[in-house]
Amino acid sequence: MLKLPIYMDNHATTPIDPRVLEAMRPYLAEDFGNAASRNHSFGWKAEAAVELARKQVAALIGASDKEIVFTSGATESDNLALKGAVEFYKDKGDHLITLKTEHKAILDTCKRLERMRQERLDELKMMRLSELADRDVTPEELATLEIKFDLEKDAVYQRWVAKVRTGARVTYLDVKKDGLVDLEQLKAAITDRTILVSIMLANNEIGVVQPVNEIGKICRERGVLFHSDAVQGLGKVPFSVDEAKADLVSITSHKIYGPKGVGALYVRRKPRVRIAPSIDGGGHERGMRSGTLNVAAIVGFGKAAELSRTEMASEAARLEGLRDRLLKGLQSKLDMLVINGSMEHRLPGNLNISFAYVEGEALMMAIKDVAVSSGSACTSASLEPSYVLRACGIEEDMAHSSIRFGIGRFNTEEEIDFVIELMGKSVTRLREMSPLYEMAKEGIDLKSVSWTAH
Amino acid sequence: MAYSDKVLEHYEKPRNVGTLDKDDPNVGTGLVGAPACGDVMRLQLKVSDAGIIQDARFKTFGCGSAIASSSLVTEWVKGKTLEEAGKITNVEVAKELSLPPVKIHCSVLAEDAIKAAIADFQKKRAARATPATAAAATAETVK
Repeated sequence: MLKLPIYMDNHATTPIDPRVLEAMRPYLAEDFGNAASRNHSFGWKAEAAVELARKQVAALIGASDKEIVFTSGATESDNLALKGAVEFYKDKGDHLITLKTEHKAILDTCKRLERMRQERLDELKMMRLSELADRDVTPEELATLEIKFDLEKDAVYQRWVAKVRTGARVTYLDVKKDGLVDLEQLKAAITDRTILVSIMLANNEIGVVQPVNEIGKICRERGVLFHSDAVQGLGKVPFSVDEAKADLVSITSHKIYGPKGVGALYVRRKPRVRIAPSIDGGGHERGMRSGTLNVAAIVGFGKAAELSRTEMASEAARLEGLRDRLLKGLQSKLDMLVINGSMEHRLPGNLNISFAYVEGEALMMAIKDVAVSSGSACTSASLEPSYVLRACGIEEDMAHSSIRFGIGRFNTEEEIDFVIELMGKSVTRLREMSPLYEMAKEGIDLKSVSWTAH
Repeated sequence: MAYSDKVLEHYEKPRNVGTLDKDDPNVGTGLVGAPACGDVMRLQLKVSDAGIIQDARFKTFGCGSAIASSSLVTEWVKGKTLEEAGKITNVEVAKELSLPPVKIHCSVLAEDAIKAAIADFQKKRAARATPATAAAATAETVK
């Protein structure tokens, strides 16, 4: 029996697998101990449970349990990896490289590191300008005085700049049209000041899987750290920290049918990778992340990781089958569909399609019994559609027309067929209502029309 | 984000979707917005010789609020004079549909569409009138 609504947004989050919930239950009730309590059985039991989970999580990415640092989720892991490496390796360099299509947890962290460096530079400028002008200089005067005293050529100021150890400079690499990184561009971007490259395993919108093994090889050869946000690819495509030569890897539980609020950062031990902690306190997680461990959630994460590891191959094949059924079904009912991102290097459960001449949000309203996402952003103040799709060179109108289907463990063939029927009807109805579709059918080149932007 | 009942109602059962003959001298067409911004509205008005809007049709590429805004104004303009229709503001549309702040631009687009359609109709009428007036003026001179 088909049950509505249908959840097909498994990139956003996944439901907890009943087997995971079962494993967690005791630790939400009678086994409530603090894993850091070393002197009684309550603590020992909690610690044993955490250590088993640590092994289960490590096994999923081919790591050792000693390399797993539990966090509150992948956003924290990303912050910890980038900020922690920048701080620890500040004497080695100050340059990071990442992709324009990374998750906001990476991009916004990079922006903050850039801002931190800029603020430090501005302070130094103020100090130097106050000296040169022989009076107190205000921040408002900085821009004009900087030119007047030609700070770019001022030897003293330049000497100070060379000593700045705060924040970082960041290169944001473009991606190719299929969403994949250009390895030649990556090689060219690495300098002797580069300390870390951060490139995701799989993209959250278009599901494109990056060639992490090649990226890791380049990084190792050039002596820079390789961090990967592996959240979307974890348990979906084969990934091993050794094959990828990854030094730092962010993962999370709630995308692999585990509970929310728990994730981990893999930190390589051989050769040893160091990071400065962001949260200080009791020295938990080998000093890299203080705070009492969320035992029940960690147990759930461990169980989810174990299930993903043992079932990955069969599940991937099943999801790919459902995804292809969805694609073929949509193509049989509708014309003018454009698939966003590489079909070859893609997560098995991901399909991101632009339904030309129909706006994504209106489409989501039409299929309100099916939970999906859209790259349209009619609700944001800027009206800017998905930056990921834009970075792939997809025109704005097509980005506004995109829908992301995230097929997961609990979706069925029956659900896929229901979605195909509903999408066929809804897109057709909205196209009949779309002036653009009518114009396109009449043969008008929409690019030749002078639109009134607003 | 939750939609108001009125937006949902117009979205589910949009009024006056369709196309009027844009070459008909009594039809004014307004096409506003841009595909890149995620919404384009086309509003067409059929105006009687007495200057009353007899019919209105729309087609919209946009979110549910944009579709509802255009559907609503097609209902509102019918039976109005051009002058009355030109006075409909986005504030009235936004209020009627209880649009949240992020959707106000949809109501602005609906107001722009009415104004653009009226302007197109008036341009057509002026173009029609000009040769006639010119002919009359020529006749004057000859006489």
